[in-house]
Amino acid sequence: MNVLVFADSDNGKIVKGAFEAASYGAKIASNTGGSASVLCYGTADNLDELAQYGITDILHVEGISHMDPMQLAKAVEAAANEKQAELIVFSHDYTGKSIAPIVSAKMKAGMVAGAIDYPSTSGDFVVKTNVFSGKAFGQVRIDTDKKIITLLPNSVSKEKIGGTAHVTSFSPEVGSASVTVKETKVKGGDGINLTEAELVVSAGRGLKGPENWGMVEDLAKELGAATACSRPVADVGWRPHHEHVGQTGIAIRPNLYIAIGISGAIQHLAGVNGSKVIVVINTDPEAPFFKAADYGIVGDAFEVVPKLVEAVKELKAAQA
Amino acid sequence: MNILVCISKAPDTTSKITFKDNNTAFNEDGVQFIVNPYDEWYALVRALEIKEAQGGKVTIISVGGADYEPIMRKALAIGADEAVRIDANPTDAFQVASEIASYARDKGFDLVMTGKETIDYNGSRVAGMIAALMGLPYVSNATTLGVAGSEATLERDKQGGTEVLSVQLPAVISAAKGMAEQRIPNMRGIMAARSKPLNVVPSSNPSQLTSFVNYELPPAKGDVKLIDPEQVKELVNLLHNEAKVI
Repeated sequence: MNVLVFADSDNGKIVKGAFEAASYGAKIASNTGGSASVLCYGTADNLDELAQYGITDILHVEGISHMDPMQLAKAVEAAANEKQAELIVFSHDYTGKSIAPIVSAKMKAGMVAGAIDYPSTSGDFVVKTNVFSGKAFGQVRIDTDKKIITLLPNSVSKEKIGGTAHVTSFSPEVGSASVTVKETKVKGGDGINLTEAELVVSAGRGLKGPENWGMVEDLAKELGAATACSRPVADVGWRPHHEHVGQTGIAIRPNLYIAIGISGAIQHLAGVNGSKVIVVINTDPEAPFFKAADYGIVGDAFEVVPKLVEAVKELKAAQA
Repeated sequence: MNILVCISKAPDTTSKITFKDNNTAFNEDGVQFIVNPYDEWYALVRALEIKEAQGGKVTIISVGGADYEPIMRKALAIGADEAVRIDANPTDAFQVASEIASYARDKGFDLVMTGKETIDYNGSRVAGMIAALMGLPYVSNATTLGVAGSEATLERDKQGGTEVLSVQLPAVISAAKGMAEQRIPNMRGIMAARSKPLNVVPSSNPSQLTSFVNYELPPAKGDVKLIDPEQVKELVNLLHNEAKVI
């Protein structure tokens, strides 16, 4: 089947989740005897890299500079028709979550949100997805001819297979803008995005106050990790809301999640249970988080974390 | 301001999740149901704040059976003026969105609001589908919302930051953390909720586009490997050589 992948860009670059979606879409196309195309908009200087993942055609939408869900949904629909795509793949990120449902409803294309694996394509088209905030998985069958999948970031590994892609300017009829963007605020820090970070260092009330986050940031910096926090810490304003991971904050699935001074309430676990490896540092050996952890240190964060920073520095120095 | 807030029923955040009928259905036995937190804490409370400041009406709408009514009464106790239950048992997001869109289409709502996702199916689908079906603009993952005349100004989360934007009403908005603070209903609200209208309307029988085949639970986690706090280097060693994540 032909596959169309929507690739979002940020700050002049195609985002990591879009490469995963491109690799995923290209593999499905290749396994089913079709070809894979990408639709993108805005400016990105790394479009060529998409070809590495098996994309043969790139359609660049002209005339849309902001994430306007209605206009982009029209562009996706036009591109899917142009490429005779039976499957449209998005990353399950802010942009994908905005556009994919609109396209689904307009095209009457069944949509699976937050897929974590490749679909089975022999017989019924069935996709595995995260449900109950990561406490379970579901197998969902798409019953329509046209299909939509949003792929959960960091769920499948990208496969570089090489190749070249042809970039074509694409100007479908998308109507007038439905939203007016007045200002864009870029988050401060080192620019590692929590939702697509492979390594995350997170801390909670055990740190006693916002003035003690220096060592958490040091550890994150040495590892090249993003920082996160538990809900109580965001609620009292020690850390910004966008760092709150958990049931009512954001859900992440990094390769490594280090939790410092977080007890591991079930609501917090719901936001991090997709992590591949979990490390817990807590003074309380009875903290429920240890039951969900792969590695643990029962100890005082104020002693353990600075030592951990030093140990990571030594490892990095040895690797250099 | 005439605001419609879509309310979903969800298992309490502390619920143990199990399945029945050969893992084809969620086992509701012993599960406490709540108003989906994103619908309640952010969408509903912000809708009420706007109504309190500017006047108007807040209607809540749910798509489900009679078992939805306790959580709908809770939303009325928090302050919604009236409730609509579409009497159906939808099995996918498109059915939910179609039911709500077909009810809301000719009712003149200025704003249709939902939470950014439900905590059971986590799809973030229904609001965007409603917007598409009603032909309205859509802003997802909004963390602030202000309304002046026929224009709403919002901040929404995006990759790597946030955006401030405006949209002409009527519009569909999905709400994320930051938009409002949770409200605990008081006794007066709970008493008043008993006599507020809860209208049951028939299903428009939309078709479904997807079906759940079955469910599974994640494999049990092995025991945690504890490292002596004096041997922190050993942890780095294990993360590098055994887990291979750094």
